[in-house]
Amino acid sequence: MRVAELAYLDLSETELETYRAQVDEILEYIGKLNELDTANVLPMAQVLTDEQTADATLRDDVVIPCSTAAEILKQAPDPEPPFFRVPKVIER
Amino acid sequence: MTTHWTIDGVKEALSAKKISARELATDFYERIEARNVELNAYLALSPERAYAQADRIDSLVAAGKPLPALAGVPVALKDVLSTRGITTTCGSKILEHYVPPYDATAVTRLEDAGAVILGKTNCDEFAMGSSNENSAYGPVKNPAALDRVPGGSSGGSAAVVAAGLAVASLGTDTGGSIRQPGALCGIPAMMGSYGRVSRYGLIAFASSLDRIGPFANRVKDVARILQTIAGRDANDSTSATAPVPTYTDEIQRSVKGLRMGIPRDYFGEGMDSGVRDKVEKGIELLKRLGCQPVDIRMPHTDYAIATYYIIATAEASSNLARYDGVRYGLRVDDPTLIGMYRKTRGAGFGAEVKRRIVLGTYVLSAGYYDAYYIKGQKVRALIAQDLRDAFTKVDAIVTPTSPVAAFKLGERTSDPLQMYLADIYTVTGSLAGVPGISVPCGKICGELPVGLQLFGPPFGESRILQLAHAFEQAGGGSL
Repeated sequence: MRVAELAYLDLSETELETYRAQVDEILEYIGKLNELDTANVLPMAQVLTDEQTADATLRDDVVIPCSTAAEILKQAPDPEPPFFRVPKVIER
Repeated sequence: MTTHWTIDGVKEALSAKKISARELATDFYERIEARNVELNAYLALSPERAYAQADRIDSLVAAGKPLPALAGVPVALKDVLSTRGITTTCGSKILEHYVPPYDATAVTRLEDAGAVILGKTNCDEFAMGSSNENSAYGPVKNPAALDRVPGGSSGGSAAVVAAGLAVASLGTDTGGSIRQPGALCGIPAMMGSYGRVSRYGLIAFASSLDRIGPFANRVKDVARILQTIAGRDANDSTSATAPVPTYTDEIQRSVKGLRMGIPRDYFGEGMDSGVRDKVEKGIELLKRLGCQPVDIRMPHTDYAIATYYIIATAEASSNLARYDGVRYGLRVDDPTLIGMYRKTRGAGFGAEVKRRIVLGTYVLSAGYYDAYYIKGQKVRALIAQDLRDAFTKVDAIVTPTSPVAAFKLGERTSDPLQMYLADIYTVTGSLAGVPGISVPCGKICGELPVGLQLFGPPFGESRILQLAHAFEQAGGGSL
């Protein structure tokens, strides 16, 4: 499935078979939205308005130190402080 | 010792020195030891942190100092909430050993109020599911009936409170994941309006839908917990600036004359007859309390599930892109970077998560984005409008929380779409951002709990807490 590639998901043959059928069924169900005429409706991405979430004041533009780098790197699968080591990114 | 403590009960017992916070925590850990293997509700326990907090509370008692609002109260946290130093797995293998370097704001606020954090609870993987059967760590059993599901995705948080393994807990709700397990386990459970509680530290599933909320044994305690965690947080730009009322005062107000909207579309087929019977008795009780029933229509309800599963999966596919084996969590090695991403995600995610990532990626992909994702957002606007219109005529909307009571483990796992359709009563409120509470409304066959759901207008938490409290106090739970 092209979608699995886009999502960087390794799926086995069995998984592909199962999901293909299930996702097709779900997509068909979702298609019922086409029964609605939404030509004059604005899409709603967020339920709150800017007024409801904006602070009246912004804080001062000062750097607040954050010293959790070492703790974060302890979680890494392959740390080389201060870096995260990964397989080669650029293929030649 | 009392089986089901309340927040007030804990405070009284501590102040009167009938029990110490340490003794109370010890008692809860003993209960957990006795029952957790059977229920599988806790994934991790945090005794070091719990006892340190308990000792702090005991020092305050000894020094005769005033106690904070939740002093000594044993609480549990759904395992999608970041807790510094305590593993946070989201019910997934991909985060099996992940230990966050920080606490979620909701967690900090509970602890600052004196709560004792007992541990992290089991949940559907990345909060995706309605039965807690999608956890990589096994399902949770419903304390009311061990061969049945507790509901999901916050099944563990519901089960621990219902079983007396915590006095209160936090869960999260994206499409019904607090309300539905509350209903199936027989305890009050609430989600405040979107933005009422900061999402900082909540490991994201769907950012425009996710909410954190409480489970407890009675409505007053739910109100108390919500009050403690709610309010603007500079670390979450989507958190609302609306002030937080003293919910525990507000709940005492009379409900006489409140208009309750009853959406007849909700009472059609597909509802179990036992559930219908209890919910109708619940509505009768509300009438006896002085509430006026008003028939309302929410014409776009039929499209709510389709809308939800487009928006939630699209947002999930984006939020879960970060699990790539680079910085934290599982890594499956490969000579190439892309190979590492694919193998890590293939191995680390369970079936439901993969299914939703596939669906979400599809609806966002080029050529389909307008037809699915934008269309979904437009229908969301229509659904939100339905609710706004309804609230011009009524003060609260009353519905069943779930069309069925707790079903058997394994009964619905082979058909994902069937499982999704069970969210029908909860998702409309999720999409519109309004607050919702589920309150116990009797039991079928004497043992399977049923929940009554109340929706309020945006930031109308006080109103639905009032109604739920009055309902509970009038015996709604024993209908």
